[in-house]
Amino acid sequence: MTEIRQRILADPATRVLMALLAVLLLGVIFSADGAFYRLATHRDALRQASVYGILGCGMTLVIVTGGIDLAVGSVLALVSVVFSLMSIWWGWPAIVAVPISLAVGAACGAVSGSLTAYFRIQPFIATLAMMVFARGMAKAVTGGAKISPAVPQPDGSYQYVDVPAIFRAIDSRTLFDNLSIVTVIFLLCGALSWALLSRHRWGRQAYAIGGNEEAARLSGVPVVRAKMLAYVICGFLTAVAGICQAAQEQQGDPEAGAGYELTAIAIAVIGGTSLMGGRGGIGLTLIGTLTIGYLDKILSINAVPEAGRLMLTGVIVVAAVLGQSRGR
Amino acid sequence: MTQPQAAPVSPAVRMRGIAKSFGRVQVLRDVDFEIAPGEVHILAGENGAGKSTLIKILAGAYQDYEGSIEIQGREVPPSSPRERASLGVAVIYQELSLAPNMSVADNLFLGNPMERRGFVDDAAQRRRATACLAQLGLDIDVRKRVEDFPVATQQIIEIARAISQDARVIVMDEPTSALSIPEVEQLFALIARLKIQGCGIVYITHKMEEIGRIADRITVLRDGEFVGSAPASELPTAKLIEWMVGRKTETVVARRSASFGPEYLRLEGFSVRQRGAGANRIVDSVSLSVRAGEILGIAGLRGSGATELLLGVFGAYGELAQGRMFLDKEPVRFKTPGEAIRHGVAMITNDRKATGLVLSSSIIANMTLADLPRLSKGGWRSPAKEKAAASRLAAALRLRASSLGLEAGQLSGGNQQKVVLAKWIQTEPRVLLLDEPTRGIDIGAKQEIYRLMQEWAANGMAIVLITTEMPELLALSDRIVAMHRSRVVAEFSGPEMSAHAILEAAMGTEGAQRRTA
Repeated sequence: MTEIRQRILADPATRVLMALLAVLLLGVIFSADGAFYRLATHRDALRQASVYGILGCGMTLVIVTGGIDLAVGSVLALVSVVFSLMSIWWGWPAIVAVPISLAVGAACGAVSGSLTAYFRIQPFIATLAMMVFARGMAKAVTGGAKISPAVPQPDGSYQYVDVPAIFRAIDSRTLFDNLSIVTVIFLLCGALSWALLSRHRWGRQAYAIGGNEEAARLSGVPVVRAKMLAYVICGFLTAVAGICQAAQEQQGDPEAGAGYELTAIAIAVIGGTSLMGGRGGIGLTLIGTLTIGYLDKILSINAVPEAGRLMLTGVIVVAAVLGQSRGR
Repeated sequence: MTQPQAAPVSPAVRMRGIAKSFGRVQVLRDVDFEIAPGEVHILAGENGAGKSTLIKILAGAYQDYEGSIEIQGREVPPSSPRERASLGVAVIYQELSLAPNMSVADNLFLGNPMERRGFVDDAAQRRRATACLAQLGLDIDVRKRVEDFPVATQQIIEIARAISQDARVIVMDEPTSALSIPEVEQLFALIARLKIQGCGIVYITHKMEEIGRIADRITVLRDGEFVGSAPASELPTAKLIEWMVGRKTETVVARRSASFGPEYLRLEGFSVRQRGAGANRIVDSVSLSVRAGEILGIAGLRGSGATELLLGVFGAYGELAQGRMFLDKEPVRFKTPGEAIRHGVAMITNDRKATGLVLSSSIIANMTLADLPRLSKGGWRSPAKEKAAASRLAAALRLRASSLGLEAGQLSGGNQQKVVLAKWIQTEPRVLLLDEPTRGIDIGAKQEIYRLMQEWAANGMAIVLITTEMPELLALSDRIVAMHRSRVVAEFSGPEMSAHAILEAAMGTEGAQRRTA
């Protein structure tokens, strides 16, 4: 009987579900005068968590191969700025602006990927460099300002344009006003990532590379190509997150996304994905997203200042990682 | 041969009745070993004879053993490497234990720094290090990092470290495998100097030419048992080989008489360069041929280049491999293992945990890894197809696992090896390269693997087999080549295949070189 119990406890799915339950319990206890039970609270928690969740999906793919992508926060900012620039200030239609924005994200991923896989620079260093570079590019594109519906005129005044339709579409809700489109996008990204990791040849290659790169190589896995793909897809998903962020904020902010990479890593790690590679999965990442999202929401409805929220998130990540290593 | 010590001197180290098991496997059984000061004592034996284990027990790497050890006449209990080092025992393993990114001086005093008022005294350490190395005939800048020096120099630095910690017994495990001829001479001169200073030297080697040069005394182990110990002058080559090989008549599997197909794999002047600068070849101009349905055995001891040969054929060395290779009379060149697999070549490496399996992945994932392109045409996998393939393979190989979803790391050694075999059989290879396929596996699983190999050969596969277990090599091979120092030195077939002759050739004995047309 104890053996069965031990095995259940060791299963990563169990642990992350327990973490989520713990957080929900926290919400019940500290329900802020019943605010926790309101539907709007849950809807908002999901909406805010969705951007993190999309990043978490991309991050999971990269971490499974044994790498890491520290640049996602900066690339998110870069894409949100580029997307806002094209859509709000230049008035380009979504059919043009969206693919270009996605391509920007994928291109950043390709650079990180080639530095890591082809030039064999440590992923930490390569993506750290990209993080700084992309942030710089985001600021260069806007000259440091935010890209908002207030378009600066040559004479120093501001002309107000309408928020583009695509922005309003992404930031809207569906299903009788209960489900944000952003959440739908997150779920779609989750489904795509899950399919790639669990049902595509590439997924098996990724797990093999993360678990034992030399064994993978000697089994005919095209290591360089597979690693590259991880970073490119992550860049693509980061671009999706960047577009959603721009729509939600109705502006492109070159300072956006600061620290998001750590949240994305936290989500993947709480979900049971091992930072050493070779283990983990998208389903667990989704649960990790909910955990982080609800934790953030519960703390905010209880008016815990941001400082406290950051510290608590840090503690929880460490606890999650320790739980991971003890269970093995 | 050098003159043995004439005067009886009290031994620096005396080991008596040493026994050790790992689980149910008995690795050493009632072994005696004495090390006299000022003497070079060769410890000889085939792979798996127990030499490394004996040395590790002496060095303090294992505390769990039976028997007694006396150092300088005093009995010592099982202790840690640090304690044994303080008693004057130093071991220089093949994988040098220096910190490559630290300076030479720092390495010499690693763990034992010279201090001045609580801080490390760099100047004093540098002076002492330079003096130590000068004693050994080495004049280098001790501030430079260890990794900036060639391996031969690093070895001398490691010996200097041992000396500076007042080692009276220095054990060297295959020290010349990475050295060039002049560097080997340098090492031998150093050993002569150490002898004069009264150090007892234990030297593990497979190379007959070295035994001939420096041995004062030779001890032979076989299958974990002590065979004999004698002064070098009383142990000519023939007798030494006899001690090492014994007269085992253990029949593994009856050798089959088979008919072979046409030549399938052919190598002409195949070489593998060393990575980085340097003209060193880790495989030197090998030519051989294997017919369909034939099992070619390669006998080669540690450092002979056999493993590197197979890896080179398999495409694992990419551009570093040179020379010509033919598959079914067509010239081929593999730049990656993937290309080799596509051409029907498969390789089972000699370390399933390090390079054969992804231990964190499931049995099914491992079994289907090499055949992914065919199992997932168009990119998307079919779990049903994979499960079916894995079940078939598990049945054919008689794999014992409660579920195919188990992690490979949770299986026993024998079952892990079966997963590796399954992975490669799934690719339906025409050429199968095997490197020590039954290492670390119980006898039952070994027999099953032998049976499978013969079945595959009977079905027309060309098989190349590296193994250092002589009975296995003799029973399974239709022909045998011996490798020594990166080259093929002899070929045997039919009745010439005797353990004695093969081991002689693999050890580089003069006159054992022979090729049959």
